[in-house]
Amino acid sequence: MSKLRGWKELPIGGAIMEPGSSVENNTGSWRTYVPVRDYEKCIHCLRCWIYCPDSAVIVKDGKVVGTDLEHCKGCGICAKECPPKIACIEMKLESEMKPDEPKG
Amino acid sequence: MANLKAMTGNEAAANALRQVNPDVAAVYPITPQTELMHEFAKFVANGQVDTEVILVESEHSAMSACVGSAAAGARTVTATSANGLALMWEIVYIAASSRLPIVMPEINRALSGPINIHCDHSDTMGCRDSGWIQLFSESAQEAYDNVLQAFRIAEHKDVLLPCMATLDGFILSHTVEPVELLPEETVKEFVGEYAAHRSLLNVDNPWTFGPLDLQNYYFEHKRQQVEAMENAVGVIEEVGKEFGELSGRNYSFFEPHKIEDAELILIALGSTAGTVSVAVDRLREQGVKAGSIKLRVFRPFPGDRIIDAIRNAKAVGVMDRSISFGLGGPVYHEIRSAAYRKIDVPMQNFIYGLGGRDISVPDVCSVVEDLQKTAAGEEPETVYVGVREGAAV
Repeated sequence: MSKLRGWKELPIGGAIMEPGSSVENNTGSWRTYVPVRDYEKCIHCLRCWIYCPDSAVIVKDGKVVGTDLEHCKGCGICAKECPPKIACIEMKLESEMKPDEPKG
Repeated sequence: MANLKAMTGNEAAANALRQVNPDVAAVYPITPQTELMHEFAKFVANGQVDTEVILVESEHSAMSACVGSAAAGARTVTATSANGLALMWEIVYIAASSRLPIVMPEINRALSGPINIHCDHSDTMGCRDSGWIQLFSESAQEAYDNVLQAFRIAEHKDVLLPCMATLDGFILSHTVEPVELLPEETVKEFVGEYAAHRSLLNVDNPWTFGPLDLQNYYFEHKRQQVEAMENAVGVIEEVGKEFGELSGRNYSFFEPHKIEDAELILIALGSTAGTVSVAVDRLREQGVKAGSIKLRVFRPFPGDRIIDAIRNAKAVGVMDRSISFGLGGPVYHEIRSAAYRKIDVPMQNFIYGLGGRDISVPDVCSVVEDLQKTAAGEEPETVYVGVREGAAV
């Protein structure tokens, strides 16, 4: 989190003058459920990537490789959109997970 | 006096808008404002202005359209009265806190209920805390002058706040008076080409308008609004002087009338200030050392300046055309608060004219009689001028 600015430094009217600044907001802290993928089952159809409202599905070279947990709000859309025959995403209650359990 | 015309206060304000030729006007009718935008719509229909008129379905929508338009970078106006202003409420605050210099002639009218369409100041006073600059007019001429100045004040780079130029419903809005219109070119030069502080249509520099502003920043933005209001003080004075040079009619925060040696001073807003000054002249003929102050600017409130003007009086009567229930008249309480630790002059509150109840010169003379008792040391009580009491049922 960058240093909080004073009233003399801020743009007036509550405007945000830098485009794309929502990435600075750690919306991952809102999460209750977290997606957990079974990467053995995943066919990399990228439906979760298409539907994720927070662009939190990380894709490299056409393959799903993880979840941006700083921005994933745990909405479960990825699990819902995952093809039923594959169903490789489970939404888990994060508070009941062990610290070393894999997420994303 | 080349361009002296007979017109109502509404027509005068509409002509000010015509000469400014704003980019966008969002309009919705309400008595007694309707005639104003009716007149303006004629100018649009006749091609005298190239304003985009947006006919909306309510005042809430009118102010919302203004917010969108002003954020897009357009010089934007609307006009309303009473319950229309009340319906705008939510967006009135958003316009101010988003720092959009919208100009709104506001025709002072009693808020319902019981339902009433006539003049008092309860509508305007209701949004005194909203962050708008508020100007009051004594005459149709002042309504015209205030609407023109409202653009310069609101749009000043150190202010960027919306401004309502108010005129009293029916008493000014529907009364024909002589009004001098400034030459078209003079107005164009005075208000200047509009260059918006920001425009959402600027695709080269995209920015976010109206984002969520929570515990960590909302308060800082409120502090900026305080600063803008403080800056408005100097700007109002500067613009008033410049307008005086153009028109011969000087404007500041208030206009004193015979206060230099006055023992009894009355303070009033709007059209009543004229009645009060006539009463003052009559009382002077009878040897009563009366004087008056016509308050033009209510926000930002010129407390210190008023206190300087009244410090030698024996008693000051403040006339309020609205009530804050459970407290009293808003103007009275502002002035009494401004006097704190500065002067010790007795003050008395006179509530008058609610719902358009007429206030005459003899009424004002009776107010001064009450004020004489206060000057003589009697404990001042709030007076409800002309209210019938009758026997308890």
